[in-house]
Amino acid sequence: MDQFTINLLFVGASFALYIGIAIWARAGSTSEFYAAGRGVHPVTNGMATAADWMSAASFISMAGLIAFTGYDNSTFLMGWTGGYVLLALLLAPYLRKFGKYTVSEFIGDRFYSQTARVVAVICLIVASTTYVIGQMTGVGVAFGRFLEVSNTAGLLIGACVVFAYAVFGGMKGVTYTQVAQYCVLIMAYTIPAVFISLQLTGNPIPGLGLFGEHAASGEALLSKLDQIVTELGFKAYTLHHGDTFNMVLFTLSLMIGTAGLPHVIMRFFTVPRVADARWSAGWTLVFIALLYLTAPAVGAMARLNITEQFWPNGATGEPVSTETIAEDPAYDWMATWQKTGLLGWEDKNGDGRIAYFNDNDADTVAMMEAAGWGSENELTNFNRDILVLANPEIANLPGWVIGLVAAGGLAAALSTAAGLLLAISSAVSHDLIKGSINPAISEKNELLSARIAMAAAIVVATYLGLNPPGFAAQTVALAFGLAAASIFPALMMGIFTKVNNKGAVAGMLAGLIVTLLYIFLHKGWFFIPDTNSFTDADPLLGTIKSTSFGAVGALINFAVAFTVSKMTAPIPQEIEELVESVRIPRGAGAAAADH
Amino acid sequence: MADQTTHTAQSAAKSDKDYWAANVRIILISLAIWALVSFGFGILLRPLLSGISVGGTDLGFWFAQQGSILVFLALIFFYAWKMNKLDREYGTEEE
Repeated sequence: MDQFTINLLFVGASFALYIGIAIWARAGSTSEFYAAGRGVHPVTNGMATAADWMSAASFISMAGLIAFTGYDNSTFLMGWTGGYVLLALLLAPYLRKFGKYTVSEFIGDRFYSQTARVVAVICLIVASTTYVIGQMTGVGVAFGRFLEVSNTAGLLIGACVVFAYAVFGGMKGVTYTQVAQYCVLIMAYTIPAVFISLQLTGNPIPGLGLFGEHAASGEALLSKLDQIVTELGFKAYTLHHGDTFNMVLFTLSLMIGTAGLPHVIMRFFTVPRVADARWSAGWTLVFIALLYLTAPAVGAMARLNITEQFWPNGATGEPVSTETIAEDPAYDWMATWQKTGLLGWEDKNGDGRIAYFNDNDADTVAMMEAAGWGSENELTNFNRDILVLANPEIANLPGWVIGLVAAGGLAAALSTAAGLLLAISSAVSHDLIKGSINPAISEKNELLSARIAMAAAIVVATYLGLNPPGFAAQTVALAFGLAAASIFPALMMGIFTKVNNKGAVAGMLAGLIVTLLYIFLHKGWFFIPDTNSFTDADPLLGTIKSTSFGAVGALINFAVAFTVSKMTAPIPQEIEELVESVRIPRGAGAAAADH
Repeated sequence: MADQTTHTAQSAAKSDKDYWAANVRIILISLAIWALVSFGFGILLRPLLSGISVGGTDLGFWFAQQGSILVFLALIFFYAWKMNKLDREYGTEEE
């Protein structure tokens, strides 16, 4: 059986499973649609939240970013897990006690202001939509690669699948579908990692193997990696090279953004009790940590494997010959990925060998010239996003592992897209229509409008995914920055302080607008190329890159909110009581359908 | 009778205040540890830990890529356990 058939089998079987579950668990009432009747166990909820949270960025992209940068990209690992501590300690239990369905409902009630509610809805819709566009682009690339169809066809197929189970299933369908998706994606991520860790270090646990001994050389794996990459003129893997202040800010932005993303927060409304909301955050992180503790090992081991494939006898030996690449089955992955245009090599000096080194480093170039391998790096293109998907092929793992990774990559992208669509649809139908425009709407029409909003959102996201403005990474950064600068501070102040309505509205608007401005100034207005005034290489403020600005935006939000709140009327008695009641779990009970 | 009701309400309010103060104290301690292992050991204090070697690199690298995540996990479960205990002590748990 060829690899294409195996991929099709794995992807097809996993999809049949997700759709089957969605049909079996179809939502009946409004409350089931939003929050699955709050009947979800903390462990189940944790697993679904983990699938919801880990998108194409975590699954496909992150290990590749770590592999080619090393220590400096630990920011992703700490940032995207550390946010759960903030969520568990500062938000989840209190929002569950509050007992409504959505984030903006809390903001609207706590700040006794329709304006605050609408501003929060706008923040949620903007952050979620930008995020889902990035996911749809990922869906297109992954479908295109594994079904061997064009990117456009891949995206359209993917959009139909997301639509099918998100629109017809609602939260309950999504919850159980996402449990299945979690199982598929975590197996797809860890099984190849375990194989590779065993091959390289003899240790079956990748996170331990990373700090273990490289079996072939007897040296520590990371020393071995540092040695070979520095010999080729690259920066040492384990050392710190970038700006420390920016690294701290970027990590903080990712953490705060994690705790401010509506589709993750919404999950904690679906557990039965306040105590469960606390446990649920912990279980979510357990399931996320399984991937995040493995990712740095995947990155480092793949970097070592790739480097050794190009330099089979080390940096002082001979580079791999073009003949070997063409004939040796161990190099088949190169031809496969060359077809996608994401991997490229060229024998520039015609010596019949492909020399891979850093040709921006003068000493290395001189050394390579002296050895007769030419002055140019002949591995002309290695897209970082292919690393995780190509990894099992590079390590010569069996065909079924490659098929499993294909299914896992799709599960990661699809589950997050579905969760975000649900957050958007409830923001529109529940918060905008029922909460502001037409409070008398019937339950049936509310459910209908939720589904129409979801369909509209997927059409917009698919359209933008088909015509990518070319900013996938920036889109994700924008989504995190916006959530960090607008939603998180408002929620936290609503629980821990007595900030009033005007303070909250001013704070959210200030955080949102300043962060948007800073991003547009560096990335171009509405991401139109060449309309930017600054670049991230030379940012407006010190060393603060636009991707790291979310933390600054959050600080501005807090500062403006406190200042405005001090100058205006204090909160009324009944809101004071609401704040007191949110802080105490007693009497949580089931949630009210609405006010 | 009326006096007694007022008295009970007052002591409940006081107990709720103590409960919240205890909660905030636990949160602050937890967040101090949260920042220490990630921003501290993982980034800012890494040069200080460079003497402690772990598998071909130093302790700071281990905290940045493994240790901080493990501590985050421990913190969340500690908080859940501690707060559920506190709920029982102060009688603030759900019925």
